[in-house]
Amino acid sequence: MSDNDTADELTGAQSLVRSLERVGAEVVFGIPGGAILPAYDPLFDSEKVRHILVRHEQGAGHAAEGYAMVTGKVGVCMATSGPGATNLVTPIADAHMDSVPIVAITGQVASAAIGTDAFQEADIRGITMPITKHSYLITKPADIAPAIASAFHIAGTGRPGPVLVDIAKDALQAKTRFEWPRQLDLPGYRPVTRPHAKQMREAGRLIAESRRPVLYVGGGVVKARAWSELKELAELTGIPVITTLMARGVFPDSHPQNMGMPGMHGTVAAVGALQRSDLLIALGTRFDDRVTGQLSTFAPLAKVIHADIDPAEISKNRVADVPIVGDCKEVISELISLLRPTERRPKIDDWSRYLQDLKRRYPTGYDEPEDGSLSPQHVIKRIGEITGPDAYYAAGVGQHQMWAAHYLPWELPGRWLNSGGLGTMGYCVPAAMGAKVGQPDKIVWGIDGDGCFQMTNQELVTCALEGIPIKIAVINNQSLGMVRQWQTLFYQGRYSNTDLKTNRIPDFGKLAEAMGCVGLRAEEPADVDAVIEKANSINDVPVVVEFVVHKDAMVWPMVAAGTSNDDIKVARDMAPAWDEDL
Amino acid sequence: MATSLNTHVLSVLVQNKPGVLARIAGLISRRGYNIESLAVGPTESPEMSRITLQVNVEDVVLEQIIKQLKIVELEDSAIRRELVLVKVKATAETRGQLIEIIGLFGAKAVDLTSEVITVEATGSPAKLAALLELFEPYGIRELVQSGLVALGRGNRSLTDRNQRTERLKAVRTG
Repeated sequence: MSDNDTADELTGAQSLVRSLERVGAEVVFGIPGGAILPAYDPLFDSEKVRHILVRHEQGAGHAAEGYAMVTGKVGVCMATSGPGATNLVTPIADAHMDSVPIVAITGQVASAAIGTDAFQEADIRGITMPITKHSYLITKPADIAPAIASAFHIAGTGRPGPVLVDIAKDALQAKTRFEWPRQLDLPGYRPVTRPHAKQMREAGRLIAESRRPVLYVGGGVVKARAWSELKELAELTGIPVITTLMARGVFPDSHPQNMGMPGMHGTVAAVGALQRSDLLIALGTRFDDRVTGQLSTFAPLAKVIHADIDPAEISKNRVADVPIVGDCKEVISELISLLRPTERRPKIDDWSRYLQDLKRRYPTGYDEPEDGSLSPQHVIKRIGEITGPDAYYAAGVGQHQMWAAHYLPWELPGRWLNSGGLGTMGYCVPAAMGAKVGQPDKIVWGIDGDGCFQMTNQELVTCALEGIPIKIAVINNQSLGMVRQWQTLFYQGRYSNTDLKTNRIPDFGKLAEAMGCVGLRAEEPADVDAVIEKANSINDVPVVVEFVVHKDAMVWPMVAAGTSNDDIKVARDMAPAWDEDL
Repeated sequence: MATSLNTHVLSVLVQNKPGVLARIAGLISRRGYNIESLAVGPTESPEMSRITLQVNVEDVVLEQIIKQLKIVELEDSAIRRELVLVKVKATAETRGQLIEIIGLFGAKAVDLTSEVITVEATGSPAKLAALLELFEPYGIRELVQSGLVALGRGNRSLTDRNQRTERLKAVRTG
């Protein structure tokens, strides 16, 4: 930016747009409305900031998340006051749970009207307080530039997360001098990135002495962009790796040391590795209840080294023997140098053999339906095999999400977008949209369910009009599949309100076409490859492919909620045979 | 994991801005715990406020809260004071006894009618509890207590220490 952008007289709205340009925001997903209207006027003229007009504010929020996930930059969404702002609540909560850096800019009623129940007034700062990393309510135009500068800094540093900037309409309209802050006034905010040397030495000692260590790797390693360091550490030591739902792809699935995903629907090898380990090296992960199962029986024999950039995560669920606050990139690099001497490497041959045997005996698999209908797992697997590992894949929430986590080709980092913590149905389409905007030259597939798709599919209109050619696979099992699976297993097959009747309505093909997309459909195994190839060949408009699949397919393995990981089932009433000779 | 509930006195230095108190209170309430006592006021530097919280939480939960904030848990030796204003029923016969109690506790009578005597007292929570216990038989009409305020003993000052380091921490935007 030129130096003359200090001390210019302009409106708060102009100051906002100039601030967005100054922080390097290239894309804003949003919808205008009364209170934010002044901001949209200078935005109209900006040559640096592209505004993408979405169809629902929730779509704007998830698109900002998708954009942030694939670019490593801060995503931006914008909405007006009241209902515009409250529609952002779900994606803000989603970004908070999954540590996605976004800045949400909302219009607020004029400062004199705040607190009077004015038209389209909502205390969005109060509403989002527990689900934002930080938030601002701006009532003076001079505060806009510092708030935007701070918001982007806070969202993108330390443990990333959502920051809300709520700006009163009169602050957007009033005149001010644009002054870009030379320093950010953020007392108390200084994320620790460099790990403590003493704790690192202790970690190195524990690893050297361990016999059954596991690298338990979470989304923090993706956020820290530490995949090459992770690979070096894993190959240097030979320690088996498990990658959580948020970390799929950070370590290649084809790598012999990768035991797969842990948790409620984890692989037998990954769950078995945790339960029998004597040392968990937890990196950028938070011992989520979906990973630990019943906490008191989780990894009962293991000591824990827990490294995370957020000190509040350490010992939150499982007490850490060695707590390390720091950025995973620095932590892993440090571990590599500590473990480089040959005598420091743990002796783990028996352990590796044991896990390789588990992995060989219990691969994740599925049975083809006997009636000749499509198996959802096969469909998802084929999408991945035909499209390849360099595409970006988003998912909704439910069975199809778990199958995507297992069967897509996770060979490259940062290719996977899903709603892990909040479990937001409807995440897929708008997140895929944001991902395609961030990576326009790459193929972006959304693996969605028929339930999820009906929550946010209207963003395909945005995609069609804005030239964002994503591909959405609707895995149509005519039901809310994951809920139905629980009803099958835990509610005696009483399918209360999970039948979506999507075999009758809607007609997904017509719906797709009505939104300016190409609609394709596959009902039989023989059609699958052809429609995927057809979808991959269309690059000018969005494509929706409906796959009509068997509705009784279930996600296995499974650890029932609240039970111990030791009680994992590989299929209904089928427990793995643990070989206890270790 | 330890699950013992213990009373803790916490001091937090915060920016004197709207919404800060709500954010701090949210960290306690979102975990389902109650704030037993709360006092907020400006400090020797006007842009900072000091919040003193008394909470009854599990030790493990407290550790999480402390890590999320720049919080200091005060030692047991810290100086702790509360203020109480209380209206005690007082007849011509009992008034003398009450004034004697007030004197012994270093409290003050601040208002008097033919029916009640209003007393102002400050001190440690234990001292005030003892005073109120003595008033009880006479009949307490109305009572208001400030939140607990507390300072650690010795030379060290929370504000000094924080501000100096905070200035060093200011983020350069380049």
